[in-house]
Amino acid sequence: MTAKPKFAMYWAASCGGCEIAVLNTHEKILDVDANFEVVFWPVAMDAKYKDVEAMEDGSILLTLWNGGIRNNENAEMAHLLRRKSQILVAFGSCACEGCIPGLANLSPLNEIFETAYHTVSTENPQNIHPQVSYPAPEGTLTLPTMNPVLKTLAQVVDVDYFMPGCPPESHQIAAVIDLVIQVVQGKAELPPKGSVIGCGDSTVCDECPRTRNVKAITAFKRIQDVAPLDPELCVLEQGVPCNGPATRSGCNARCPRAGAQCIGCYGPADDVIDYGARLITAFASVVDAREPAEIEAILDGIPDPTGQFYRFNLADSLLRAGKGAAMSRPNAITSGGKP
Amino acid sequence: MIENHKPKIGVYVCHCGSNIAGTVNVDDVRKWAQEKLGPEGVVIARDYKFMCSSLGQELIEKDIKELGLERVVVAACSPHLHEKTFRTAAEKAGLNPYLTELVSIREQVSWVHTDKAIATEKAKSLVSGTVQRIAYNTPLEKQKVPINANTLVVGGGIAGIQAALEIANAGFHVYLVEREPSIGGHMAQFDKTFPTLDCSACILTPRMVEAGTHPNITLMTWSEVTNVSGFVGNFDVRILKKARYVNEDVCTGCGICTEKCPKKVIDTHYEAGLGYRKVVYTPFAQAVPRFPVIDRPNCTFFQKGTCKACEKFCPTNAIDFKQEDEFINITVGNIILATGYDLFDAGRVTNYGYGRLPNVFSSIEFERLSNSAGPTGGEITLRDGKTKPETVGIIHCVGSRDKNFNNYCSSICCMQSLKFAHIVRERTGADVYEFYIDMRTPMKAYDEFYQRVLDEGTLFVRGKVAEVTNAARYPHEKGKLIIHVEDTLVGKQRRIPVDMVILSNGMEPRHDAKQTGQTFGISCSSDGWYIERHPKLDPVSTMTEGIYIAGCATGPKDIPASVAQGAAAAARVLDKILQKEVEMEPIRASVIEENCSGCRICNSMCPFNAIAFIGDLKVSRVNPALCQGCGTCVAACPAGAITGTGFSNEQIFAQIDGLLMTV
Ligand SMILES: Cc1cc2nc3c(=O)[nH]c(=O)nc-3n(C[C@H](O)[C@H](O)[C@H](O)COP(=O)(O)OP(=O)(O)OC[C@H]3O[C@@H](n4cnc5c(N)ncnc54)[C@H](O)[C@@H]3O)c2cc1C
Ligand code: SF4
Ligand code: SF4
Repeated sequence: MTAKPKFAMYWAASCGGCEIAVLNTHEKILDVDANFEVVFWPVAMDAKYKDVEAMEDGSILLTLWNGGIRNNENAEMAHLLRRKSQILVAFGSCACEGCIPGLANLSPLNEIFETAYHTVSTENPQNIHPQVSYPAPEGTLTLPTMNPVLKTLAQVVDVDYFMPGCPPESHQIAAVIDLVIQVVQGKAELPPKGSVIGCGDSTVCDECPRTRNVKAITAFKRIQDVAPLDPELCVLEQGVPCNGPATRSGCNARCPRAGAQCIGCYGPADDVIDYGARLITAFASVVDAREPAEIEAILDGIPDPTGQFYRFNLADSLLRAGKGAAMSRPNAITSGGKP
Repeated sequence: MIENHKPKIGVYVCHCGSNIAGTVNVDDVRKWAQEKLGPEGVVIARDYKFMCSSLGQELIEKDIKELGLERVVVAACSPHLHEKTFRTAAEKAGLNPYLTELVSIREQVSWVHTDKAIATEKAKSLVSGTVQRIAYNTPLEKQKVPINANTLVVGGGIAGIQAALEIANAGFHVYLVEREPSIGGHMAQFDKTFPTLDCSACILTPRMVEAGTHPNITLMTWSEVTNVSGFVGNFDVRILKKARYVNEDVCTGCGICTEKCPKKVIDTHYEAGLGYRKVVYTPFAQAVPRFPVIDRPNCTFFQKGTCKACEKFCPTNAIDFKQEDEFINITVGNIILATGYDLFDAGRVTNYGYGRLPNVFSSIEFERLSNSAGPTGGEITLRDGKTKPETVGIIHCVGSRDKNFNNYCSSICCMQSLKFAHIVRERTGADVYEFYIDMRTPMKAYDEFYQRVLDEGTLFVRGKVAEVTNAARYPHEKGKLIIHVEDTLVGKQRRIPVDMVILSNGMEPRHDAKQTGQTFGISCSSDGWYIERHPKLDPVSTMTEGIYIAGCATGPKDIPASVAQGAAAAARVLDKILQKEVEMEPIRASVIEENCSGCRICNSMCPFNAIAFIGDLKVSRVNPALCQGCGTCVAACPAGAITGTGFSNEQIFAQIDGLLMTV
């Protein structure tokens, strides 16, 4: 039975939804077990880092990595699993493009800690502030050091494939698992290295059943302010900023089908370098006004431009980080929160 | 670039005499390109004194043949100037013209830098960018499309009339669109024209009549162009024909309606506010066409629902109160804009008192005052319409050559002021003072006219007038206008009392020039005049193919120059028409249909209406015959599904990589 190829899955800076999405493939998960030897998957089984270190380099066939690289532990594990794996997949939006954790790149570390530990929403009567090392009587305790900004997996190690989605859709995961099994059985070939897999070539609009017309937008509105949303008509044409036109297809237009705008979790389409910039030019293109003041007023209908255009993509965009974050130093963590 | 094949590239660095070599170390750039860009495919790098000379071009041709060059990079002047030269040279040697690129190290480097070391580094980095980029260039073929032989001329001043007549006489159809009820423009308001003093109407009217009756001219007055789409050879134009409330098919132009109309209003346009006109009117007796228009906002019938005097008396039942604005669509191959100028508002120079002191007149008011068909029948009087002035002061450069208003010289004001002086002296015998900063009389017979006015006894004071006031300080100033000026020849302040002041206010771009420019896709300079393709070598063309400019729309000028430009623009149009086809640059956008989601964002973007949505396939498609390669849609497509030939992502990123390569 040792002939079964080895499988690993690891999470770094992420919410855990990607792991759930894998489990959510239901009986498909049995195929994983049938075809692979799961050697490392902290969420599902007990394993130690040193077990991985002991493995031979390249001995794991497939590693699904989810989460961004936020601290030195994430980075160390990325390098380790890269060494041990033949195929490393950036799995889910955090690994591919930074996703929600990447939005922290707008703030310097000390501000992040300040907010997390010392603002009204946190109960912290002893005013505890985490430190990377603490001399306890039993010996020195350490915590990983936070990096100044969150990086995507590919910004840290070489990545073979990218699988977008927050989280990737279960049917897409199932299809990718099937493909790898077929490759192992010699029935299929792997796509070229660097490919984005488990998704379509086009954008969400391609899978969206709503009717579209030539667009002329005179006001952007938040979805709760459009009542009722026309169920047949393009969401964007109703003034709700829908990211569908710029977002890679593959989710079967879940959100627009359910009566909500696409928020862009499948990331940019092929050939798009900066998702947010693309979307900004696209929205700007359909604003139906000529006078600067009028244009300004329409654009004011988008209250949170970063959230609108870079919610999933900031860490992988050309911007990558806010200035303060880019300049903050790792040791800022220790002084954070204290004058 | 074909996978793994680095094309052989030749780099040619031009000295442009000392134009480039004076600021860029050309030899260093050449050596560097040869050594450092070798791995990027550069097999030969040369420098030469004048690459554009036939010897320079032969260098390229020879290398293509002997070394098998597949790409050519010429570091010289702007592509506007010589891109065609080098592409043609390469083509002669068998290389597709689009595999040759020009790097501007003159306009973008030597002319804008002084530090030789930095300029040389910048030149290298620009060359490097283009070398990296050109590897991804692909051979392209030019397309030919037929030219529509009809022409649109916008603006029926003397420049537009001239252009229209030239083209019509050559046998081609012209649509002449004028926004006023009659053609003629500013010239129709003048009495005499400098320097010959021939009567303006006498020389203008025959031209107007000819334009109005020419079988090849469709005259559309009281009309404006609202929309233009398409491109050279095939423009679709939408024209708003405002309701005249007079049926042009039956109106004979007898003028009875005007005679019978009971209501008079001040004519602020043609009579510059000095006279009245009826509510149903033709702006002047010789108007072309002769059909009147009803001034709707002032018409009693439209205000109160009664009157209809004109309708009652019209012998041919031509009055039609139900007429409505109409849109007319036409297709033309070329367009000439001859929209002229607006007069500078003399009231803006508040210290000269125009609008506050009654006997301060503007230039156009004086033109009307001196016009034998004008409000006083050509009598020169003060604002009361009776009193003859005994002394008159004429102030030059009002609003022109003035940092507070316009920096430019209006070019005609010195001559118009001299004309005014002559007319005043001739008709009233009054003493005339001219206040000038510099006297500018360079054109044919202009200085002779100045001598003549000098001889006639006009007094000239050199200095910029500080103020015109009616506040008398001395008894002899009582009841007069006092012109306060520093006489720079005498070197002292003077106060000169006069009865009448004429301000020689100059020209300004049309108040709506920018908007009109946008409609036609051309731009204005910082002063607001339309920009010519080249100020010296191509003064009537614009950066938009097929759109020409003539007359004062391009800047202040006199009648002879306006006429010459009208004719020049017509010659350019005829040249295009006679070629029957235009060659279109093969720079085109195309949609990669697999990647297009049919979101339709791009659909309204194309200024040339080249994008169509294919409903069955749910994709958008670019019509290559209509696309002009502007790239708007390429930027708009959120899916990155549109690419532009010549500007693919690979090309752009390779160029950026090249630019950033450390030199
Ligand atoms: C007071 C004064 C006196 C002058 N005297 C002389 C002189 O004696 N001798 C001399 O050589 N020069 C003289 N000039 C200069 C002369 O007026 C100009 O050179 C000449 O009139 C320019 O003609 P044009 O056709 O370019 O412009 P314009 O005469 O301004 O004609 C432009 C026409 O275009 C129309 N138009 C504008 N916009 C639009 C639009 N969007 N759509 C449709 N139609 C439009 C206008 O209604 C107008 O009919 C004088 C200028 C001034 C101000
Ligand atoms: S590049 Fe696009 S927008 Fe521009 S002309 Fe072509 S199709 Fe139209
Ligand atoms: S913008 Fe792009 S994706 Fe949308 S319709 Fe046009 S080409 Fe297709």
